[in-house]
Amino acid sequence: MFQILNDYSSELLEGFQITLISSVIALIFSLIIGVLLAILQISGKKLFITLANIYVEFFRNIPLLIIAMFFYVVVPVFWVPLSGFAAGTIGLTLYTAAFIADTVRAGILAVPKGQMEAARSTGLTFIEAMRYVVLPQAFKIVIPPLGNQFISLIKNSSVLALVAGFDLMYQGDIIASETFNVFDTYILIALIYLLLTMPLSYLMRYLEKHWSIN
Amino acid sequence: MEHFLEAFSWINMRFLLEGLLITIQVSLLSIAFSFIIGGILGIIRYVKIPVLSSIIGVIIDIIRNLPLLLIIFFTYFGLPNMGVRLNIFWSAVAAMAVFQSAMLAEIIRGGIVAVPKGQMEAARSTGLTYTQAMRIIILPQALKKMIPPIVGQFISLVKDTSLATVIVLPELTYSARIIYSQDSNLVLPMFFMITLLYFLICYCLAKLSVRLDRSLS
Repeated sequence: MFQILNDYSSELLEGFQITLISSVIALIFSLIIGVLLAILQISGKKLFITLANIYVEFFRNIPLLIIAMFFYVVVPVFWVPLSGFAAGTIGLTLYTAAFIADTVRAGILAVPKGQMEAARSTGLTFIEAMRYVVLPQAFKIVIPPLGNQFISLIKNSSVLALVAGFDLMYQGDIIASETFNVFDTYILIALIYLLLTMPLSYLMRYLEKHWSIN
Repeated sequence: MEHFLEAFSWINMRFLLEGLLITIQVSLLSIAFSFIIGGILGIIRYVKIPVLSSIIGVIIDIIRNLPLLLIIFFTYFGLPNMGVRLNIFWSAVAAMAVFQSAMLAEIIRGGIVAVPKGQMEAARSTGLTYTQAMRIIILPQALKKMIPPIVGQFISLVKDTSLATVIVLPELTYSARIIYSQDSNLVLPMFFMITLLYFLICYCLAKLSVRLDRSLS
């Protein structure tokens, strides 16, 4: 195992970076899309609610692989060529946004209704009330489940390997086929993934406990 | 447009449906296995047997924090190094079952923990043994709380079977890839079709979960 780590350190490092970069990009954009969708879902306007629901139901109920493959295989045929990295990251973003929308919506709904009503009655607009009163309170409720979404996101980023995204999983696959030492290679790759996901996972568990008491 | 009609010729549709059948078989088998294994592990975690429960806890944490794709690769390509050789179908089932068992174990433990402590104490004070109290009082209540996350887990299982394409399991996604790799005009219709099929299965499961949840509470 140390032999592999030694011989392929640059490949592993590159894979690690790509996994991390892809996850962070996907996290940022899916947070933006997800929060917007959640706000649409509770806006009270029928059209907005329907549109947001369609998005969420659609992307929640199809495999991430299909979305990533769509951007890797179909989009280049009809529109612009996309690299595996881009296709995978776009897929990850769209997919995760649906789950984040649900998490954020649940968080916002967990804030008592009176808060919004009180804020509105002081003269704040819906958006102002959302921004200054409801969202800050929802934030604490939402952080632990959002963290868990981020962990899934990191794990799901391995789908990049299937669209030639040069991520950690992809490099592992190549190393395994070059060294024939499949067992050790995958154990090593697993350890690197755990290095990313385990600390996050324990942090979220801690926050969940710590914040629920207050 | 004519590509669409051509794409959905009987021969292609039959090929896709055969893929769908494999997807469903793998899903059902791994659901069955993971429900049993996850149930047992979840209860062991809950009753806190010294050493054993914490070891299982660590293993569950490790599996939950790994990408499923890695577990699939490992089961199919890595296990033969240890002398365990499974064919493609059973590798896929084993990988999914291991991953889902870890997920379910946590859900089941969480469900039992969420039942108020007084329930157990009250049941014990009426003279029931621990096992009886568990079976008659605690588990039925816990089950209600668990149903939405368990069904959610099954939905992701169905979606995740698409990952088994990498070990050339002839499931739905793989069948579609075979068809469109022979004729690039069929790319769009095939994506349309598999998206629709996955969506229908998962959406129905999701609705079922909502209905179950309502009728139980």
